[in-house]
Amino acid sequence: MRYTINFRLNGEEISMEVEASWTLLYLLREVLGLKGTKEGCGMGECGACTVQINGKSVVSCIYPAMEVDGKEVWTIEGLAQSSETLHPLQKAFIEHGAIQCGFCTPGMIMSAKSLLEENPSPTEEEIREAIGGNICRCTGYVQIIEAIKHAAEEYHGSKK
Amino acid sequence: MMKLKVKEYFKVKSIEEAINLKLQYGEKAMFIAGGTDVIVGLKNKKWSPEVLISLNEIPSLSYIKEENGYVKIGALTTHREIERSSIIEKKIGALIDAVKNLGSVQIRNVATIGGNLCNAAPSADTAPPLLVHNAFITLEGKEGRRSLPLEEFFLGPGKTAKKEEEVLIEISLPTPPKTAKSAYWKHTRRAALELPIIGVAVYLDVELMEHGKLRQVFDSPDSTWDDQLRALNESDILCKELRLALGVAAPIPLKVKELDGIVRDKRLSEQLLSEVTDVALQKAQVRDSWRGAAWYRKEMIKVLTKRLALICLRRILKEV
Repeated sequence: MRYTINFRLNGEEISMEVEASWTLLYLLREVLGLKGTKEGCGMGECGACTVQINGKSVVSCIYPAMEVDGKEVWTIEGLAQSSETLHPLQKAFIEHGAIQCGFCTPGMIMSAKSLLEENPSPTEEEIREAIGGNICRCTGYVQIIEAIKHAAEEYHGSKK
Repeated sequence: MMKLKVKEYFKVKSIEEAINLKLQYGEKAMFIAGGTDVIVGLKNKKWSPEVLISLNEIPSLSYIKEENGYVKIGALTTHREIERSSIIEKKIGALIDAVKNLGSVQIRNVATIGGNLCNAAPSADTAPPLLVHNAFITLEGKEGRRSLPLEEFFLGPGKTAKKEEEVLIEISLPTPPKTAKSAYWKHTRRAALELPIIGVAVYLDVELMEHGKLRQVFDSPDSTWDDQLRALNESDILCKELRLALGVAAPIPLKVKELDGIVRDKRLSEQLLSEVTDVALQKAQVRDSWRGAAWYRKEMIKVLTKRLALICLRRILKEV
């Protein structure tokens, strides 16, 4: 059966019909065409599909689309204002070589975004905990942690 | 990309509505809260409901409060909310230990404590901590509300004493005295997204007589577990109560009963803790699995029980 839901996606109001059977990841990728969010394991274990719901990081592959009704969702597509004005996390990931194959990057950045909004000056331990649910098989964790540390300084400086 | 086989999705606004829908649809329907077990189970075909009844919009089932000598946790409270709760951190240390290492931040942001219990996995991280705190749970069904001790709730892997249409409402734990603390150890290979090889929870209530040496050793950053055990043996600490519960040691999260006669009013020592683990190992039905061998699990129950008693003592000494 189809149901009408209303939610905010990357700052924009959306009203649409969804099937009872859709996960949020299916809705984002296959219905709305937002392919930035990735499907890895599809079982909530790898973090590639991480998005932000009401300010919190969530794995969208095991999150029912029906549950975003009335909520605010951010995906990787909502971060850069234009190709010239990247988000501080995106800039930091590029500058610190924190992207290798890039598959885990959207999820990593969404987890980091949730962390920095909650805790603008995280310790290395807190960064490690925040991305503990995001698996990188190129094993570039050191650069990723460096990038998040660096972005935190910028966040902190601009009080964003 | 996989879609689910679900045909209808209800978002109920009251417990009554949830019960009535479940009665109407019977086995075709399943309750869902955070969904981190339900959706995974749907995807790997562990179950195949046509109807999901979402409990997430039932108001006021998400809370942590202290009331009339009890710490009460609403069933829809997320693991992340528990992790951040000062009440839980102060009073129910073992539960904080459990939720800090459960899943990932993404999972903890949505997974609920009620869901963790109703899923009834032998490895459920929140169960051993709640068992050692003598938790009981409140269920609501068509005949009203009923409460039962948590150890009577678990019947087998994925099986509970909850009737089909009943909804888990609340978990209550007696507020522990100031001299009692608890701790949980999830023994794993990795720090995130892991199930325990073995899980051990200890609750300890003591009367402190002579404990200067132990305090000294705890304050020293370089002290080893062995140093701490030696200091414990040289201290005079009376054990008023010690409770122990195990995860992945039986088909259900296991509360080790019959400890009272062994530990009550005895001097707390390495020897006493060995007697406790002897009982625990008699009750445990550990098995070999790819996650860990039975003999190894047994050894770790012995090691971790001692360590956890020390962690409890450290927590007690911090407050008195």
